[in-house]
Amino acid sequence: MTKAIISINHVTKDFGSVRAVNDANFEIAEGEFFSLLGPSGCGKTTLLRILAGFEVPSAGSIYIDGRDVTLLPPNHRPVNMVFQNYAIFPHLNVASNIAFGMRRSGLSKAELAERIEEMLELIRLPGYGERGAHELSGGQRQRVALARALIKQPKVLLLDEPLGALDKKLREQMQIELRQLQQQVGITFVFVTHDQEEALTLSDRIAVMSQGDVLEISTPGELYEAPRSRFVADFIGTMNFFDCIVGDYRGGVLSADSAELGPVRVACTTPPAAPGEGFVLAIRPEKFQLVFDDAGASANTVRGRMGPSAYLGDRSHFYVYLEGRNEPVSVALPNLARSLDRIRGVDQEVWLTWPEDAAVLLPREE
Amino acid sequence: MSASPSEPVRATRGGVRVWFMRSESARGYALLSPTLVVVVLGLIFPIVILTTLSFWKQDYVDIIRTFTLENYSAFFEKKIYYLILYRSIRISAFVTLVTIVLAYPLAYFIAFHVQKNKIMWIILVTIPFWTSYLLRVFAWKVILGYNGVINSGLISLGLISEPLEFLLYNPTAVVITLAHAWAAVAILPIYVSLEKIDRSLIEAARDLGESAFMTFVRVTLPLSLPGVIAASLLVFIPTVGEYVTPTLVGGTRGIMIGNIIQSMFGKALNWPLGAALSIISMLTVTLAVCVLLGGTRWFRKKVG
Repeated sequence: MTKAIISINHVTKDFGSVRAVNDANFEIAEGEFFSLLGPSGCGKTTLLRILAGFEVPSAGSIYIDGRDVTLLPPNHRPVNMVFQNYAIFPHLNVASNIAFGMRRSGLSKAELAERIEEMLELIRLPGYGERGAHELSGGQRQRVALARALIKQPKVLLLDEPLGALDKKLREQMQIELRQLQQQVGITFVFVTHDQEEALTLSDRIAVMSQGDVLEISTPGELYEAPRSRFVADFIGTMNFFDCIVGDYRGGVLSADSAELGPVRVACTTPPAAPGEGFVLAIRPEKFQLVFDDAGASANTVRGRMGPSAYLGDRSHFYVYLEGRNEPVSVALPNLARSLDRIRGVDQEVWLTWPEDAAVLLPREE
Repeated sequence: MSASPSEPVRATRGGVRVWFMRSESARGYALLSPTLVVVVLGLIFPIVILTTLSFWKQDYVDIIRTFTLENYSAFFEKKIYYLILYRSIRISAFVTLVTIVLAYPLAYFIAFHVQKNKIMWIILVTIPFWTSYLLRVFAWKVILGYNGVINSGLISLGLISEPLEFLLYNPTAVVITLAHAWAAVAILPIYVSLEKIDRSLIEAARDLGESAFMTFVRVTLPLSLPGVIAASLLVFIPTVGEYVTPTLVGGTRGIMIGNIIQSMFGKALNWPLGAALSIISMLTVTLAVCVLLGGTRWFRKKVG
């Protein structure tokens, strides 16, 4: 990892009796696109506001660029923020909004005008300087908020769910633009979102938060394919969980037994628990294969009954009921061929199979 | 609707009712009409009478109904009217300034720092209004008077030996009394405009490097200007014509145009001149308001 630009040292924030952030302790590297991901109320926005200087942590300290900024007010920090609602000044036009933070930059009027024009080019709104704030669409407001922060050349840009207010198509477009922009300007981005897909698309690393705790910090791939806790596995994407008992471990393959799946074989480097003890097997919906003919009885194969299904265009979702399991298993398959007869009748007998390296092993949590 | 799209719905019966239900503007005017009647009868009608009267002439107890500009020329010829109108404008402007300066921090406090029970604070602000206006003015007379609260207090403390005479019967006393009387009228619109400001705008200004004070100057103040303007107009316009307060606490140096107009319609018995003075002071107030609005527009441009 390159040099750390932000270091969060055992930061805790209490609001009265509510603990919003509990002992957050990690570093963010220079030039990184770092996301704070979690459901609403998990403390991600509070942590971002602590970085911006709007909240002072109850305990712990914040270092930005090697300097202790824990008690520094927002106007003295080398960070800038893009607010959730963009906070475009309604009494100023676009150019004045972008220039707002440059009052003491020491630039001449002409130089400043040039910088503003550069920023307008960067956010692809050239010639918009004289527009009033109320004349902008949601996407344009978001870009002006970005330009207003970036013109200050901050060490770190903080973004508080900046895409939340946009519709789906625009959001996807802005995600790509945001990522390109970040690579172009080379500034560290700290991005708060509750949208896991967005976090996976954009981030170099993601911190998953829940109820004030930072549960896991990993790359998007690791979070999705090898989550380390049941919460993270469940929160990122969809996951099917099965209780299992450890059996034999030989040649990098674990044999286990599950009441719901029958005999199971999983590739792993170390067994999750001692033989005879329990663990949780987690399998993503798209790792399953759906077989309509009798697949027999072997490891990693289980017979089920078709439940409701949904056609989503590029893929289809199926619910499959297993014997001895109340909730259905979620299965997702790409619609490779142009045929609609994949949607079979409810209650039809089907078999699920999955490869040895498809499952994630998680410790059993009480 | 049961009618097919190609066949327009035709109202054969109750045509007026249907027209009324369909016409957005007709319903709007219907809603407006009670107010409209009051405005026409209570405002436009008297102004027409006043204007007509100002072009007539008083002859002892009779009014000569022939067109004359005498009343208006009297205003420009006799310096006294002009001076008193100027003084009225100055006192009112000062009252407005003092009221806004006192009201703004209170409105700011309620809008930004009171978390619970804002309504209770608003009600507290209006408490002085629960008593008669006259009583409030008399209260100030008691406080500022020769043997009043301030003088007797200072004497019993041994700070002064003789009562201070500059407290009462001068323009300052008028300003103090009026600023107090109109405080609540100024606080409410300022409070509303401050309350509407999105807090993230203030945070954004801090985030972009401005101190708390400059954030106030560049964001909070310009965004609360509509409230400040409304408060200024609400205080300035009525206080120019004020005559109760100057009569009670103003003394001879505190006389305002309202007092002159009142005497023209009373003891001096010169209604046409009174009418002309009313018209002139109305036009002057209009001009002053235009200057105020122009000034705030300039301020906005400058801050922007």
